[in-house]
Amino acid sequence: MSGLLHPQDVARQVLAEAGSAATVYISDGSEAEVRFANNTVTTNGQRRSSTVTVVVFDERADGVAAGVASRSGDVDIAELVSAARHDAAHAPLATDAAPLIGGLVDAGLTEDIPETSLDVMADVLDSLRELTVRAESRGVTMAGFFSHALQTTTVVTSAGAQRRFTQPTGSVQLVARADGGKRSTWRGLSTPHFRDVPMDELEADLYRRLEWAQRSIELPAGRYETLMSPSTVADMMAYLYFSNEGPDAADGRTVFSKPGGGTRIGETISSLPFTLYSDPHADGLECRPFVATGASSTAESVFDNAMDIQRTDWIREGVINDLRFHRAGAAEAGRPRATPGIDNIILEAGGTASLDDMIASTERGLLLNTLWYIRSVDPATLLLTGLTRDGVYLVENGQVTGQVNNFRFNESPLDLLTRATEAGVSEQTLPREFDEFYRARTCALRIPDFNMSSVSPAS
Amino acid sequence: MTVQFRYLDEAVASTLSSAAIDAATAAGASLASCRVEAIRNQVVVLRDGDLETSSDNVEFGLGVRVVVNGALGFAATVAKTADDARAVAIQAVNVARSVARAQRQIMELAPEPSHGTVRWASPYEIDPTTVPLSEKVDLLGSWSRQLLASPHVQHVTAYVLAVTEEKHYADSAGTIAFQQRVRVNPEVEAIAVDDAGFESMSTTAPPVGRGWEYLHGTGWDFASELAQLPDWLAEKKAAPSVESGRYDCVIDPTNLWLTIHESIGHATELDRALGYEAAYAGTSFATPDKRGTLKYGSSIMNVTGDRTAVHGLASVAIDDEGVESQSFPLIENGILTGYQLDRATAMVAGYDRSNGCAFADSPLHVPLQRMANVSLAPAPGDGPSTEELISDVERGLYIVGDKSWSIDMQRYNFQFTGQRFFKIENGKLAGQVKDVAYQATTTDFWGSLEKVGGEQTYLLAGAFNCGKAQPGQVAAVSHGCPSVLVSNVNILNTRSEAGR
Repeated sequence: MSGLLHPQDVARQVLAEAGSAATVYISDGSEAEVRFANNTVTTNGQRRSSTVTVVVFDERADGVAAGVASRSGDVDIAELVSAARHDAAHAPLATDAAPLIGGLVDAGLTEDIPETSLDVMADVLDSLRELTVRAESRGVTMAGFFSHALQTTTVVTSAGAQRRFTQPTGSVQLVARADGGKRSTWRGLSTPHFRDVPMDELEADLYRRLEWAQRSIELPAGRYETLMSPSTVADMMAYLYFSNEGPDAADGRTVFSKPGGGTRIGETISSLPFTLYSDPHADGLECRPFVATGASSTAESVFDNAMDIQRTDWIREGVINDLRFHRAGAAEAGRPRATPGIDNIILEAGGTASLDDMIASTERGLLLNTLWYIRSVDPATLLLTGLTRDGVYLVENGQVTGQVNNFRFNESPLDLLTRATEAGVSEQTLPREFDEFYRARTCALRIPDFNMSSVSPAS
Repeated sequence: MTVQFRYLDEAVASTLSSAAIDAATAAGASLASCRVEAIRNQVVVLRDGDLETSSDNVEFGLGVRVVVNGALGFAATVAKTADDARAVAIQAVNVARSVARAQRQIMELAPEPSHGTVRWASPYEIDPTTVPLSEKVDLLGSWSRQLLASPHVQHVTAYVLAVTEEKHYADSAGTIAFQQRVRVNPEVEAIAVDDAGFESMSTTAPPVGRGWEYLHGTGWDFASELAQLPDWLAEKKAAPSVESGRYDCVIDPTNLWLTIHESIGHATELDRALGYEAAYAGTSFATPDKRGTLKYGSSIMNVTGDRTAVHGLASVAIDDEGVESQSFPLIENGILTGYQLDRATAMVAGYDRSNGCAFADSPLHVPLQRMANVSLAPAPGDGPSTEELISDVERGLYIVGDKSWSIDMQRYNFQFTGQRFFKIENGKLAGQVKDVAYQATTTDFWGSLEKVGGEQTYLLAGAFNCGKAQPGQVAAVSHGCPSVLVSNVNILNTRSEAGR
């Protein structure tokens, strides 16, 4: 069901209407999702979206200005181009100007836009009823979210680039609560195609964790040796990624700024060989391999639309290696190439221990399942605050011996990398809070002195 | 105000909603509603006086919600023909039938009478989305240059978000609404950088349900605030780091609104209290069994929810389930007495009627229980000024402007920072301190509410970016409050927290 023009036709008409330098960015989305709580389904949805963004460039003797306009649905192309052209004519010169990208032409440009529906998750929906029936019989309340999306991005430039990529994204998230929520735990995974979702394994692991929580231990605020699960590490690294805009660092206003001027690129921050990187071609974490932005910002530029994206090591072997720059920003900062944002994040340190191995080698410490409500407190140190959620466990003599109360923490992700004494094997994970990073692979970390600032009575 | 849609054709919208509702009903829906919306959303950001970001989006779409044999279904599209509307309605019915296999509780909606045809627009003088980009750049540029002229300011980021939301709602009960809302969110951040590091300070002007006139002084004195910002920033940069410990705090409404939002607004959402957000946004300590008995705060604490406040960001005439907007108590004399409801949660909890808190941030999203304007009442009669509140404090802090926020998933433990923290010594301000955060448990904090300021201290503040649900939805909401005095608040030093 869709009376929408094919993006190739839209792009062709837009460029003809513009009659000058322009880019077209078309985002076609198809999504389906189901939520459930209190052991029954609640809300749901199935939708088809389409947004066309046109950038018209106004070339003047002293530079170029850009005008941007977006409309959704079956757009009036003449009105859309006119709006972008008007803004271009009245905008000041762009500070991120660069030659438009040309010459890159992808295959499959004329294929139909793929759509999804609840049918893609039929198997997990079929299992949901029995999952909740079993939960109820055990005094457990299940809540969660199944979602699937196909996002097709088309970018065409008047310089000749024609790019297209379809990004499948999906997740299964489950929360099991017992004893009025006093015992609560979460499992989630990324599943771009909803094939072979291990619902039985997820369910068994939820009950294993609820069993761990049968013994409840109250601990005060303080600094604890702590094992951070890959999901919690992904959440903290996501914030590190959000904060690594190069121009801000060069201006002296972020944790990546060097006091006295310049950035901290080249500075060693860890004795462990951490490499934090993003790569659109990473196996199992593939994402859009070209720039597609509807508006310029600190590190993204509409001038870069359609540009190839390469693997970027933000931290390499424990050394700050790169920050996010668009082409103009990279040139101004003297960087060798543009390093735009990439929709995945990977942290490795060469570790081979699984989380279970790390538990087994722990004399006494905390194990964190997920983090929540993470916000910046001090950008100078990248101090973040947040909460532990759905599982803080006490590990004693290599075994999980009970569930501990939740805490508010105050920690910096950079400091965590500095202080970590062990990193496990990297594995695909789903961050709990920043779940827009569906494509994440991180390692568990051992932090000798994680700052639990106060106790949270929440469960 | 008279409703004059700019982006949505009323006749087309009515045709689409009629087609959708008829198709849904014919396909077996016992209840059906349709929203046809056009939302114009503009962003302009200047970095050190240069245009960095400009976007101008008009989102069009139609969404259909149905109830079929006790199961909910929702589907939406951006396509614009009557055939598309009928197809998406049938898709919603099919979604309801598809999820019914996992449905273990019947979905029922609290009754709501038909309100006939309703036309409503929020009050404004100049639609902010009709103001040319060049005018926005000129104004933000002049503000930026003014700040950059100060030796205390090395960088400036200035932005304005402008939204015009046009919504047509119709349901099978017969309510038909045409509503238009505008809102603006301007902010300027000044940054001081030297060899010792950096410090920043933002304007405290809240986002509001007003038009472009707001940026020219109607409702906020930008000229005065911008004139003082460099000196405030310089004082903060040179200020001593706070000594952690317990302080009596006078909290300005520019900061307090966010504490209200997090610790009261979300905690009194009935869907959370009933566990429907357990997987994501969280639950609430203020569970329904405590209504009428929970001592939320001191006896001078009176909090209402409303979707009627003039210039309120959550104000409407009819919500996204066809319920008339209302004002209702949440906390009376410090006791929890009410909740924010949508029709489904009202039915579950045995209320006769929803109080009109359903909202969807996009025509492509299903309506949810979202926050009303949740506001703390000022002292009745001739209440104290902010200066009088400060004069009552021997050793304390005066906290101005919001910045960082975080609260746990049951809305107990929170931590906030701010823009400016002034020491109070013997009833007088004694300069700024920095590196401050305050941390508390909700009922302890509000239980220590010693005084509320008078009407003259009252401000309707708020946010554009309240997040909730999966897939995520973002709502704009206002919170009115006076200045307050809260005793014995736990103050952290954020540098110490970072191990510095």
